[in-house]
Amino acid sequence: MNSLVVAGKTYSSRLLVGTGKYKDFAQTRAAVEASGAQIVTVAIRRTNIGQNPGEPSLLEALPPSRFTILPNTAGCYSAQDAVRTLRLARELLDGHALVKLEVLGDPHTLYPNVVETLDAAQTLVKEGFQVMVYTSDDPIIAKQLEEIGCVAVMPLASLIGSGMGILNPWNLQIIIDNAKVPVLVDAGVGTASDAAIAMELGCDGVLMNTAIAAAKDPVLMASAMRKAVEAGREAYLAGRMAKKLYSASPSSPTSGVIAPAHNKAA
Amino acid sequence: MISLTVNGERRRFDAPLTAAQLIASLQLTGKRVALERNGEIVPRGQFHQQPLSDGDRIEIVVAVGGG
Repeated sequence: MNSLVVAGKTYSSRLLVGTGKYKDFAQTRAAVEASGAQIVTVAIRRTNIGQNPGEPSLLEALPPSRFTILPNTAGCYSAQDAVRTLRLARELLDGHALVKLEVLGDPHTLYPNVVETLDAAQTLVKEGFQVMVYTSDDPIIAKQLEEIGCVAVMPLASLIGSGMGILNPWNLQIIIDNAKVPVLVDAGVGTASDAAIAMELGCDGVLMNTAIAAAKDPVLMASAMRKAVEAGREAYLAGRMAKKLYSASPSSPTSGVIAPAHNKAA
Repeated sequence: MISLTVNGERRRFDAPLTAAQLIASLQLTGKRVALERNGEIVPRGQFHQQPLSDGDRIEIVVAVGGG
């Protein structure tokens, strides 16, 4: 009940974290540890070709034996490039099938191109990938991605790296209500309360990078996010009270109040 | 003499070579990398058998930090 199940695999943490924008791999590792995340995203990029042979490797800091590595297609603007990138990732990670698909529309907003995303998802699912897909908060597209066979749908809360929080909770609510696969908010979370709100809406998880990496103290923020995701999940399961402007129902008993003071002035 | 485009850079080699020899020449032997030749994956287990031809476009990638 309180575990996240993606593509048949169970994870006790509902927080997924990115590994970009950290000072060094030691800080990356410390933040990931503090977040409690079991699934961590990585990007696939050209290696340096002899310019810097001793360069440390991210997968030595975050070994695939310990973490579920989720390769992404960040920086891809076409279905074809995204598919090629994930084929390389699968080879790099010894046949690992779980991937994060994102096909971007433009470099200013990094808003997803859902036409290319649908196209890439179709190819990847046919090729046996387990696709967690970044998308807009359009409920129809989210449903279509699920019907194609994506194992998780990951709508944005607001633009990648913006820290603007959840701008359209109602769309997220519709996506969650209609989904039969896990729904994770991916992108836009700025601070712990944003993550808690996503979880209170009924999201199955939250994926974030910049909110942790760009905090003044990333390791402390990672710890805050872990608690926020847990708190939000528990609040969702607990079922919140109804909102009402006036309750006329105090929490303390209305009877047995001591006698009011005698007002000598009266 | 053959010429390859490796990660966008033109590289010349005195004699034909395999993917494994290219990896070695770039000091990447034993590193976790994936290699694409003209848009097609070359599995790591086939690096030793895979000859490279003049004009091939090679991409060699690793995992880096990202969201």
